[in-house]
Amino acid sequence: MTADTMLVLKNVDVHYGKIHAIKRLSLHVNRGEIVALIGGNGAGKTTLLSAISGLLRVTSGEIKYNNIMINNLPAEEIVKKGISHVPERGLVFKPLTVEDNLLLGAYHLYSFANRNEYKKDLLQVYKMFPVLEERRKQLAGTLSGGEQQMLAIARALMAKPKLLLLDEPSMGLAPLIVKEILAYIKRLRDNHGLTVLLVEQNARSALQIADKGYVLETGRVLLQGSAEDLLANRDVQRAYLGRDLDT
Amino acid sequence: MLTVFLQFLFSGLTVGAVYALVGMGFNIIYNATSIINLAQGEFVVIGGLMMWFFTSSVKLPFVLSVLLTILTAGLIAFLMERLTIRPIQKTDLLLMIMITISVSIVLRGLLMFKFGKDPYGYPPFTEGEPISIFGAIIQQQALWVIGVTAVSIVLLYIFFNKTLIGKAMKACAVDPVAARLVGINVSQMVMLSFILSGVVGAIGGIAITPISLMEYDKGPMLAVKGFCAAILGGLGRGRGAIVGGFTIGVLESMTAGYLHSGLKDAVALIILLLVLFYKPAGIFGSSAIARLRKF
Repeated sequence: MTADTMLVLKNVDVHYGKIHAIKRLSLHVNRGEIVALIGGNGAGKTTLLSAISGLLRVTSGEIKYNNIMINNLPAEEIVKKGISHVPERGLVFKPLTVEDNLLLGAYHLYSFANRNEYKKDLLQVYKMFPVLEERRKQLAGTLSGGEQQMLAIARALMAKPKLLLLDEPSMGLAPLIVKEILAYIKRLRDNHGLTVLLVEQNARSALQIADKGYVLETGRVLLQGSAEDLLANRDVQRAYLGRDLDT
Repeated sequence: MLTVFLQFLFSGLTVGAVYALVGMGFNIIYNATSIINLAQGEFVVIGGLMMWFFTSSVKLPFVLSVLLTILTAGLIAFLMERLTIRPIQKTDLLLMIMITISVSIVLRGLLMFKFGKDPYGYPPFTEGEPISIFGAIIQQQALWVIGVTAVSIVLLYIFFNKTLIGKAMKACAVDPVAARLVGINVSQMVMLSFILSGVVGAIGGIAITPISLMEYDKGPMLAVKGFCAAILGGLGRGRGAIVGGFTIGVLESMTAGYLHSGLKDAVALIILLLVLFYKPAGIFGSSAIARLRKF
C-alpha cells in the first residue's frame, strides 16, 4: 500500500437482508483520484457505497480509511472522519430551505464556539453553485431535479469531506445537466483536492472524468483498470457503453 | 350580552391554550419522527397530578415542584422512547402509533394505581381577586395559563427555527438516512423530541389544573382535542397548532354556552372530520408540503 492510498476495501462481504449483495470485494482509492464504479442494476454499487458510509454493516472483510478500520462505525461517525456520501437521488431535506439544508451539511462541525465559522463555507459553496444562492430561501423540494442534485452535493461539501461518495448523480437528469454536474465533480477534484468515488449507470460520462474504474457485476469486481483502458475495452463497450460490435 | 360572550371567550381561550400545547406536543414528535404520539394527553395529566403530589402532598416549594414535575414528565417521556419506540425503530410508522396508544393505556393504569380516580387540584399560582373586563370575570390563573403557553410557544419557535439542533430534528423526520449522512444522531433526536413534547404537555397540565382539576383519565380527551388542534392548523406546523388550539377551545366554549354543554366534546371531532374531508393539509399546511410528508 502506498502512502497516498486513502480508502482500501479488502475482501468485503455485505448482505442486504438475505441477499449476498457484495462478495469478497477489494478495491482501493488513492488520494486525489476520481474512481468510477460502473455496472448494471443490482451489481451492488449502491450497497457498496452504503457500506463504506456506514449505512450498512459489512458482514466480513475490512474497510480502511487513512489506515483506520471504519467498518464498525455508524454513519454519523464516519462523516466526521471526512467521508461524505451523497445518496442516490440526493435525498435533500425537501420541506427545509436550501440554506438550512446546507447548514445541516455542516452539522457535525458545529459547536457553540465556532458558530459563525460555517458562514465562510456557505459563501464558498454559493460561489461554486450560484443557482443555490439565488434560491437560498426556497424550500428544497421546489427545486428542479438538477438543482436538488447540486444541493445534495453542496450539502455534502459543507461537511468539508476529504472523500466524496457520489451515488448516481446523473439519475433522472437531462444529458446537458448531467454534463454540468460531472464538470463540477471534476472541478472539485482539480481545485479542491477532493477524492471522489463515483457510482454511475452512465458509464461513458463517468469514465470520461475518472482516473480509474472498477466494473462490478453481481457484487464482484469483474474488471478494473485505468479509465482509458476501460473505455477502450471491448467487453466494457459492449456491456456498458452501448456499442454494438457486431455491426 | 357582551359580558356573557366575553366570559365564554375567555374560558375558551384558557382551555384552548392547553389544547395548543398538546397540539404542539404532537407536532414536535411528528416533526422529528413522523409518529403521532397518542400518549400525548397523559403527559398533561402527569403534569397536573405530579404537581399536586409535589406541592400539596410532599409540600415542596412552588418553583421546586414545577421543576420536579417537569423533570418527572421528561423522564417518563425518555423511558417511553427508550423502552417502546427505540427497540422497534426500523419497523413501520403505523405500528409505532399503535404502540403509543398502548403506552397511554399503561400510563393511565399507573396513574390510577398511584392517584386513584379522584380529581386533584391545588391553589392557583397567585392569590388575588379575579379581573373583571366588561363584567366578565377572568381568574388570574387563566392569565397564567395563557402566559405560560405564550412563553412556551416563543421558546419552541426559537428552538425549531433558529437553532441548528432544532433544524436537525426536522431533518430527521424528513429523511432519517440523509440526516445520518450529514452526521445527525437520529436516535438521539428522536429521544429529545419525546422528552421535549412530554415536557410541553406537562407544562400545560401544571398550568391548567388549578382551574379545571385533573384526574387520571383526562388524557385521551386532551389528546383528541390537541390532535384536532394540530390537524386543523396543519400537522407539523407550529403556528397551526396554536391557532387550531385556540379556535377549538373558543368554539367549544361557545357551543357549550349557547347551544348545549353536552355538545362540547363533539365540536372538536366535527372540526376534525370537516378538516380531513375538505382541507386535509390544514389552515397553514400547504398541499405541496402535505404531499412531501409521509403521514
